[in-house]
Order: sequence, then C-alpha cells, then structure tokens
Amino acid sequence: MKSERTPALERVTERMHALLIWIDARFPLSKMWREHVSEYYAPKNFNFWYYFGSLAMLVLVLQIITGIFLTMSYKPSAAEAFASVEYIMRDVNWGWLIRYMHSTGASAIFIVVYLHMFRAVLYGSYKKPRELLWLFGMLIYVALMAEAFFGYLLPWGQMSYWGAQVIVSLFGAIPFGIGEALVEWVRGDYFISDITLNRFFALHVIAVPFALVFLVIAHILALHEVGSNNPDGIEIKENKDADGIPRDGIPFHPYYTVKDIMGVAVFLALFSAVVFFAPEMGGYFLEHANFEPANSLKTPEHIAPVWYFTPFYAILRAVPDKLMGVLMMGAAIVMLFILPWLDRSPVRSIRYRGWICKLAVTLFAISFLALGYLGLQPVSATFTLAARVFTAIYFMFFLLMPFYTRWDRTKPVPDRVTFHD
Amino acid sequence: MTSDVDLSRRHFLIVATTVTGTVGAVLATVPFISSWKPSARAQAVGAPVEVDISKIDPGSMVAIKWRGKAVWVLHRTPQMLATLGKIEDQLRDPFSNEPQQPAYAANEQRSIRSEFLVLVGVCTHLGCVPLEKFQPGDPEVGADWLGGFFCPCHGSKFDLSGRVYKGVPAPTNLVVPPHRYVGDATVLIGNDSGVTG
Repeated sequence: MKSERTPALERVTERMHALLIWIDARFPLSKMWREHVSEYYAPKNFNFWYYFGSLAMLVLVLQIITGIFLTMSYKPSAAEAFASVEYIMRDVNWGWLIRYMHSTGASAIFIVVYLHMFRAVLYGSYKKPRELLWLFGMLIYVALMAEAFFGYLLPWGQMSYWGAQVIVSLFGAIPFGIGEALVEWVRGDYFISDITLNRFFALHVIAVPFALVFLVIAHILALHEVGSNNPDGIEIKENKDADGIPRDGIPFHPYYTVKDIMGVAVFLALFSAVVFFAPEMGGYFLEHANFEPANSLKTPEHIAPVWYFTPFYAILRAVPDKLMGVLMMGAAIVMLFILPWLDRSPVRSIRYRGWICKLAVTLFAISFLALGYLGLQPVSATFTLAARVFTAIYFMFFLLMPFYTRWDRTKPVPDRVTFHD
Repeated sequence: MTSDVDLSRRHFLIVATTVTGTVGAVLATVPFISSWKPSARAQAVGAPVEVDISKIDPGSMVAIKWRGKAVWVLHRTPQMLATLGKIEDQLRDPFSNEPQQPAYAANEQRSIRSEFLVLVGVCTHLGCVPLEKFQPGDPEVGADWLGGFFCPCHGSKFDLSGRVYKGVPAPTNLVVPPHRYVGDATVLIGNDSGVTG
C-alpha cells in the first residue's frame, strides 16, 4: 500500500503519526480509544433494543447545544421570561428551530431513556455484576426528571407556573413543619416568584447538566468495566479465545459505531418530523395552557404535568391522603432503584424465564402505560379507581418479585449467544 | 530499616486534621444554604394589604394578592351562613381544631365578623386555586352540594367557611390569614396585632 502513496501524502501521514506518539507520551489518547472503542468487545447479538443508549447520549448532546444557544436570548426574570421566549420564537434567526429542538428533545430523551430502561428490565441487565451500572443509570433518570422539571418553569407560562407550584408543594407534605419550611426554602419566597425562576434557571443550565455529564461518564465507565449484557443474558467474557477475546464479542468500532449511526439516522428522521410538523405534539410536548403567561391568581382548569411524569402523578392522585400519596410516588421510584436486589431469578434474559416472569413484565408495562394515560386525564371516580388498580399492579411487580422470580420455571441458558445467520 | 516514626502521633494528627477540615467544610455550606431563604427584599414585599369591604355585594367575593397568593374576602349572605351547621358530619375538621387559622377565627364561621370570610385561596392539597361554586347543586360538584369551593386539580371540596370535606385529597381546611379590621369598611390582611380570640 505504502508504495502507492505520493511522497507528499506520506509526509503528512508520518507527521500525524509522530504527533500521535507525542500525545500518547503525555495523554492516554490511543489507550482510551482502544479501551473504550476499538477494543471494547460487545456481544455480537445486540438487537433493536440496543439503539437507545447511544440515542440517549445523542439527545443529551443536542439538549446541551440547543440549550447553550437558548440561554443567549432567554431572560430568567418573571417580568421578561415569557416575552423572551416569544422573542426567540419570532425574532431570533432560526430561534424557533433551536427552541423546538430543545422542547422536542426533552420528550425525546424520556422516550429513549424509558425504552433503554425497559430493555434492561427485559434482559436482566441490572443483575449482578451490573448493579452499580443500573444505579448510575437510575441517578441519571432522576437527574433528568429534575432537569426537565426546572426547565419547564423557565417559559413562565401558566402550566410552567402551576406545575412548579404543585410539585414544589409535594415537599409540604412532610409533617412537623419541616415541609412548609422546606417549600419556602426551595422557592426562596412566599410563592413561586421571580426569585424561584432565577434559581431554577441556574439549576437547569449549570448544576444539573454538570451532574448529568458526570453521571453519564460514570455509567459508561461502569459499563465498560463489567461489559455489556445482551438479549441472551449470557456473560460473553466466560468464553474467550486464545487471544483472550470473547468468542461472542465484536469490537465496538467499527461494528456498533456503524449500527448506531444507522439508528441515529432513523431517529433524526423521526425527530425532525416532530420538530418541523408537530412541535407541540397536540399539547403533549408543549401544553396549550403554557401559551398564556403565568398568573399566580388563576389556576388553569386542568393541571397535568408533561407526559413523562404522568405515571407517577397518577400514583400521587390515586392515594386519598397527601403524605401517603407523596410517599407512594417516591416509593415508585425507589422500587426501580432496588430492582437488582428484588430479582432472584437464576437467569437474566426474559428469553429463558418462565410464564410468570413474562406475565409480570407484561402487566408492569401495561400498568406503567395506563398510569401514564390516567395521569393526563381530569379527576373522575372511574379514573381514580383505575389508577388505584394499576398502582397496585405496579407495586406488586416489584414487591412480589423476590417470590415469583424464584418460583418461576426457567429454561436452560445456552453457552453461546444465539444469532440469526 | 527500622522506623522511628511516632505512629500514635501520626494517627492523632490525621484524625485531628480530618475532623477540623470536615467541620470547616460543613460550616462553609451554611452561607450557601441560607442564601436560598427568602431575601430581605422578598420579606419586605410580603407586607400587609388593605381591602375595602364596603364594595363587596352580599354573596360575592373579591380576590386580592398578598405574598403572591390569592386572598379571598367573601361577603356571606344569611342563607350561606345557614348552610354551615348542616354538614358538620361530612367535614374532616368542622370545629377548626387544626391550626389553619388564627385563634380568633377558630369558630364555625372561621371569621371575626361572621358575614366576612377571609381565606388564602390556595388548596391545602397541592396549592392550586379552588374555584367558587357558591350555587347549591352545582352540576360539576353534585346535586346535594350546598355551595363552597371546589379545586379543579384533584377534586377537593370546601364549604362556605373553607372547611374541607371528608374523602378528598386535601388534608386540612383552607388557611385563614392573619387579618384585622381597620374601621368599619376596611380589613387589613397580613397584620392582626391587637385582635384577640
């Protein structure tokens, strides 16, 4: 090959190589590339479900970039916030696109993260030795919820205002006067005011994104330490060839970089369709009440949080007691955190579990979606009853898990991953 | 090679340095945490507000803003006041035992002057503003409804004294803010010096 190159090109190649050697003597660039990309061996049987991790990172990057540009025109004050968002939409060049990418990105990141989490549930990716990987992921999920909540106040519309009012008041359920003091401390005022908006802005643009980036790095380092799980739930490191490379592993680059780019292309097509043709998504991504400026004297007729919070909101509403409702809502998240220790099944993947686990996962998925739907609806006796039933199913999935995962009849797990060629 | 290091001295120094450093770091967070409490300006803006009650017709209500919250002054008619005694068994706290009002308003009318009800218009569940549903039998609330307030967020119900019904998410009665009458036609909200129960 070398003889075919022109002398000029050869000189450039040599210089680049020399530069790399210079860098590698001072910073582990090639080492990191090998460790995390070109010699990171991932199972060869990844399927559709394995797109969502890289897509979550893509949307996070999009959110950070669009967010940086939005802060250049946005004013975090009660008097100016609403108008500054209108200014971005009407007067800033391409401002509408940047803002719609950011608002659509908020929903998109929850879609891909929910699918990413469900993948872990399906294939038991949280089980030993991936418990910390799962916990970092859960912390990312909680940080994302905080990020979305703080960000939602910033447009200073009616739904921004009253959504924040309802969620901040949740802390008021803590008894002995601690709750009330805590709420006042969070707001920094006797109501959701300019002061609250200003500090939520700081949390949204600095504190939480900073934490998120750190957590994502920790998540990926933990993943690369233990290695990726796969749809068969087999430990590929247990079957290595003479060179110490897993027989069922393929290098992340080029195999999965290429696969993930394919996923990115499809995702961006769908994402663009929403950004350009349905940025409000019928009131689910941008709620109609939020096109009215915040008014502390008038509650909108119907307050519903954005869709990604509604499963937990439905649980809150299903409980006829304020403190218990808040505790149940918190418990719904805590259940996810302790999932690795609730699952006592000897196998990881749903493929080799019995009918009880398959039924449990199905019921759990249905109840989560149903709660999400119910959280969007106005209060009624029928819907409250339905929300109670699905809340019970949601909690039973977790609380009974130590028992049914042990009783369930599992199928024998193969030694090598199954592939379809 | 034998070590002439005084290990117990080293241990003491490590512990003492760690403890001092940790205490210092914790104390250094105090200004940052305190900076989140309502500022001097926020406290000043939360000063009392006057309301002219001579202009409120019987059966109607005005809403004013005090500390960014809606405060209602409802001028109750004798018919409205007559409903209060009829529903005590349906209420969670009919005798205002919970400290949701100043002592001088811990009565059935939850007010100083029975015809004027002063309330913070914030639902005790999650802080929405309840709607006025003064018409008995309001179709949205129910045929046996005697009039009161209805929260659109999560369906909490309150009577014409702001007392909470049983079986709704709101745990307590609506809050009666500190207030006092200045002369015949003015109520001062946010200041009750000199008022006794």
